Amino acid sequence: MPAQPLELILARQFGDSLGMPCFLVDPEGNLLFYNEAAETIFGLKFGETGGMRVEEWATVFTPTDSEGNPIIPEDLPLVKTISTKSPAFGSFYIDSLKGDRIHITVSSFPIMGRPDRVLGSMAMFWKTEDA
Amino acid sequence: MKVKVWGCRGSLPAPGPENKIYGGNTSCIQVMHGEACIILDGGSGILRLGKYLSPEITEVHVLLSHLHMDHTMGLGFFAPLYNPKITVHLYGPSTSNEPLVNRLRRYFSPPLFPVRLSELPRHPIIHELNTSEFKIGDVTVKSDYICHPGPTLGYRLTANKSVLAYLPDHELQMGSVNFPNDPEWTSGFEIANGADLLLHDAAYTSKEYVSKIGWGHSSIRDAIAFGKMCKVKKLALFHHEPIRSDEQLDQMLLDSTQNLKLNFEVEICAEGKTYDLG
Repeated sequence: MPAQPLELILARQFGDSLGMPCFLVDPEGNLLFYNEAAETIFGLKFGETGGMRVEEWATVFTPTDSEGNPIIPEDLPLVKTISTKSPAFGSFYIDSLKGDRIHITVSSFPIMGRPDRVLGSMAMFWKTEDA
Repeated sequence: MKVKVWGCRGSLPAPGPENKIYGGNTSCIQVMHGEACIILDGGSGILRLGKYLSPEITEVHVLLSHLHMDHTMGLGFFAPLYNPKITVHLYGPSTSNEPLVNRLRRYFSPPLFPVRLSELPRHPIIHELNTSEFKIGDVTVKSDYICHPGPTLGYRLTANKSVLAYLPDHELQMGSVNFPNDPEWTSGFEIANGADLLLHDAAYTSKEYVSKIGWGHSSIRDAIAFGKMCKVKKLALFHHEPIRSDEQLDQMLLDSTQNLKLNFEVEICAEGKTYDLG
């Protein structure tokens, strides 16, 4: 398997050292890494699941709006960042694999390498009180 | 591909009788293959390289890993830059904003240096690199960003299936996840994988590294672990600290390898040493 670009290696190092949940994806949206804090929210262990394809992670947590309507993957902040290569922000509900309904707020941003290369995206999550 | 070391000291030239074996000049490597004359970095070692360059050579390619002073301080004293019959190509890492030529002009201008780039008899041809692959004669050059403060490239040179990997300034622990167990998440792996000769940063002992994390350099122990991960045939330890004597370098190597069972050669890189990679 080819090695990851330096920027993604450093992003993973950064995410791994954070106490707030984060996701790291490649330019196609495939999940490369999520940290320990994200494991706590989602009820999954990265060591057990490894990476996931975008179709998988974007639906596995059944994201919904405040009225319980499903949110299509294209409307999720991280998926927007992947497709537009620009920052995105949003709040919604997910079901953790333990069955809890959790309200989260997400900020995502593209990872642009020198001089102008799109290498992936990163998302930070906050577990927030119900809106 | 013939490789000659003209400088392997890090940070600052360190001439002196205590450094006679491994040398005092900073980073500079010459690679000759057929008509191609490739120079890796323009540290203080490039002065002597220029002095002894064959008069038949009319084109040289200088590949800069990055623009820290110990890798560029010799450029102004590189004789071919003052010879209008020689075409000099200068390659270096791209940044997001400032062109390479502007960054080189900072060195080639007062108060750092009296001669400006524009005053040279023949302006060098500037090439910006990032994750690139291209050919110089029959040598394939691959460059990729590696973990070191500021934009820094590692180089992989391939000719006749022989591979030279050059990572003179590289911090493995900062640029890797779960080092040394996951090549996919290790900075520089693509550059060094399966190399016949790897020239790699080994500035510190493991004990010293603890107080220098983030400075952009590796310990000798990490460099050896990286060589093992990359399954190189030979590892030459590079970027010797300027305060380190020949005796101390020998002791560092002994301390780091005496309990290891390695299936590749490890040595301290020495100024003047040549390697024939076939």
